[in-house]
Amino acid sequence: MATAAVSPSYARTSSGSPSGIWSWLTTVDHKRIGTLYLYTALAWFAVGGTEAVIMRMQLQGPNGRVVSAEVFNQLFTMHGTTMIFLVVMPLSAAFFNFLIPLQIGARDVAFPRLNAFSYWVYLFGSLFMNASWLVGMAPNGGWFGYAPLTTLPYSPGLNIDFWMLGLQILGVSSLAAAFNFITTIINMRAPGMNLMRMPMFTWMAFVVQFLLVLAFPVITIALVFLQFDRFFGTNFYTITQGADPLLWQHLFWIFGHPEVYILILPAFGLVSEILPTFSRKPIFGYPVMVYSGILIAFLGFGVWAHHMFAVGMGPIADSVFSMTTMLIAIPTGVKIFNWIFTMWGGNLRFTVAMKFAISLVALFTIGGISGVMHASPPADLQQTDTYFIVAHFHYVLVAGSLMGLWGGIYYYFPKITGRLLSEKIGNWHFWLTFIGVNLTFMPMHWSGLYGMPRRVYTYDAGQGWEIFNLMSSTGAYLQALAGIIFAYNIFRSRTHGEIAGNDPWEAPSLEWSIPSPPPDYNFETIPTVTSRYPLWDIKHPELTASVPHSRHGDERNDVSLGGKHVGAFHDHMAAGTPEGGLNPNATQASSKVSLKTAEELGIPMPYPTIKPLWVALFMTLMFASLLLIHKDKLPLAMAGVVTFATLMTGFLYAWLTAPLEPHHH
Amino acid sequence: MTAVASHAHPPTSTGLDHRKIAIWAFIGSECMLFASLISTYLIYKGRSVVGPFPHEACNPPVCATHLNPILNIPVTSFSTFVLLMSSLAMVLALAAVENKGKPGYEGLLGSSKFWLISTAVLGITFLGCQAYEFTSFVHEGLTIRTNLFGSSFFTLTGFHGAHVTAGVLWLITLLAIDIKRGLGPKDALLVDIAALYWHFVDVVWIAIFTLVYLIK
Repeated sequence: MATAAVSPSYARTSSGSPSGIWSWLTTVDHKRIGTLYLYTALAWFAVGGTEAVIMRMQLQGPNGRVVSAEVFNQLFTMHGTTMIFLVVMPLSAAFFNFLIPLQIGARDVAFPRLNAFSYWVYLFGSLFMNASWLVGMAPNGGWFGYAPLTTLPYSPGLNIDFWMLGLQILGVSSLAAAFNFITTIINMRAPGMNLMRMPMFTWMAFVVQFLLVLAFPVITIALVFLQFDRFFGTNFYTITQGADPLLWQHLFWIFGHPEVYILILPAFGLVSEILPTFSRKPIFGYPVMVYSGILIAFLGFGVWAHHMFAVGMGPIADSVFSMTTMLIAIPTGVKIFNWIFTMWGGNLRFTVAMKFAISLVALFTIGGISGVMHASPPADLQQTDTYFIVAHFHYVLVAGSLMGLWGGIYYYFPKITGRLLSEKIGNWHFWLTFIGVNLTFMPMHWSGLYGMPRRVYTYDAGQGWEIFNLMSSTGAYLQALAGIIFAYNIFRSRTHGEIAGNDPWEAPSLEWSIPSPPPDYNFETIPTVTSRYPLWDIKHPELTASVPHSRHGDERNDVSLGGKHVGAFHDHMAAGTPEGGLNPNATQASSKVSLKTAEELGIPMPYPTIKPLWVALFMTLMFASLLLIHKDKLPLAMAGVVTFATLMTGFLYAWLTAPLEPHHH
Repeated sequence: MTAVASHAHPPTSTGLDHRKIAIWAFIGSECMLFASLISTYLIYKGRSVVGPFPHEACNPPVCATHLNPILNIPVTSFSTFVLLMSSLAMVLALAAVENKGKPGYEGLLGSSKFWLISTAVLGITFLGCQAYEFTSFVHEGLTIRTNLFGSSFFTLTGFHGAHVTAGVLWLITLLAIDIKRGLGPKDALLVDIAALYWHFVDVVWIAIFTLVYLIK
């Protein structure tokens, strides 16, 4: 474990990693961008959490008077939209950014400036959407924004305009990031890092990028139709003109169901990193874990209409979507069992990260089982639009995604900052979260089955819902307290936490072979990888020696690498005399070396640049100008669009024609 | 450090340039974009409650005035042919850049500038045909607000036209680089990824032309 030194185990390099606001505005370093994503998403978590707490205050007892019905509509819409698009997706993006290059042995992502662009678009898009609170017109049509309800005759205010333009902006961020990460994972793996040696987190991240690339264009088009209907008077959602009232629902859920896996698979990936480390065992059934992740994503595109059983699609469509939905339980169940078998017989260490990871396995299963329940259309007709559904998706997204992401933060905070989060405070955070989550969402199963509908701003006494709502509200307050403790832990540990060293958890993958925080160039020499567990091969060969499939069957397939038989090579490393790129001395936690700068090492680093920020800003303003159409100022709106589009294109050309990094010969 | 070369960027895992992989991922995403637009057009086909309609005439009393089938197949067949030829010109532009200076690539027909200009001009011709088509539809009483056919038709073909416009700007940018410093074999990738995009936009048009214009 870490030493009790008062400063990081090496001196931070000055060249290439300056501090100050300007260095953050112009950074193209994937680690800094990941850090920006992390703290921005945590700030929005505080906002989305506050919205939830206000709703739970309103619903704590019958006939609550905390907020009006209209404000309540805005609260549940913005709570859902914020938590999905501004919290869970960007938290996942924080880990994609920070970890993918480190786990595959790369120095950065494929397109560092595009990466900065993605972050700034996310930041400006999130600010734009929340600016609606300032004019008292926050979106109020639910996070799914069903048209025709959201068309002009039924939603005349600016509320929906903020929502649809905001989502359009955020979609650009997700798509740009997805192209970047797909290219990074396909093209920037270190020598020997074949696909079946990639860490599970990188695998799940890879799968998620394909979901993003294929799902986001569909909601983009659904939103374009809505914009045209609202701004230009087209008829896509106008029923009197013959439009299909289900068009939006189909398009939205063709995006919306893959989106569910976009939210959960990164957390699954993090758990698949945490459980093996703290069980001192390789992940059970690595190939099957990979295939089940791919299968979940593939099936995820064929189940969207299970969100629509109540609209009357007919018995054939209902049956087909019911069966495909139940099929997804198989690969998901495989993952659950493989995590259990990973822990089975392991030498378990119950750190806070491990507790969060185990909670995901246990609690996600509850959400998964209630999911299978309403995969059955007759059962769903009873449960749809009740609190039972709210209970289900909060078990999946809070007890699932967020538990995994919190575990990931405890696990990777030392790599990101060089210091460990306090385990003592972390235990308070964990137990309050664990109790709070269950106390909030478990009673919702009952209030739902007793008939309490979703999205009602209040209810009368005497329907048997009071006790469940009181429990839910109490749980929500506990979760809020847990959130405050978490914030304190992060705030305090950033400066006062224990020094982490390279590898505080004795983990198996490449990111733990380099200092914490890593130098801007990540790896002094690009490592050569010969197995799924490069660090364990060096430091703990006993952990991988007895697991034949941990080596991806290289021995069985008689593969050779660099003229050497891989099996022999592997055993040679295990005997303590490693070859290839990894230096065991570099993995010592207490090494006191002063790191060289990228310049001293002759590693070309990308120039910092402000241009992606400008392009993101002008793109956001271009979309924001469209709000003026609503105010009957079409010429002004068009002038804004043309001005900002021109500025955006100008800065884009400046960005594309400027060199990425110094030329090297 | 002496071994500077060892610290330069390592070769990519696939041997391909990053941009080549990214453009394929982008095209995959664009497929879903146009799939959504085309599906909506097909779902809404025949559901408009008022004319004009794409293939059918509409007479009183169903329509207030007499309306002809609105799609102009001959003009669009011509513009489709023009767009197909632009893909050929794009292929020849790429070949000219890759083989600059080699025997057989002298003169006008071996000039990348000539073929880039040709591709752009053919693209602009296609856009001109689309502008003519849109204008004549409006004169015949079909706007984006008239009926479901108008909404879905103008949005679908308009999105495609916007993609062609972006492609033309891309081609003009390449042409500017070519004029400024000359595009040679080591720049082939720049032209290659533009060509992939251009061919994709062309292929999408073949789907649109078949599904919207040819099938009644």
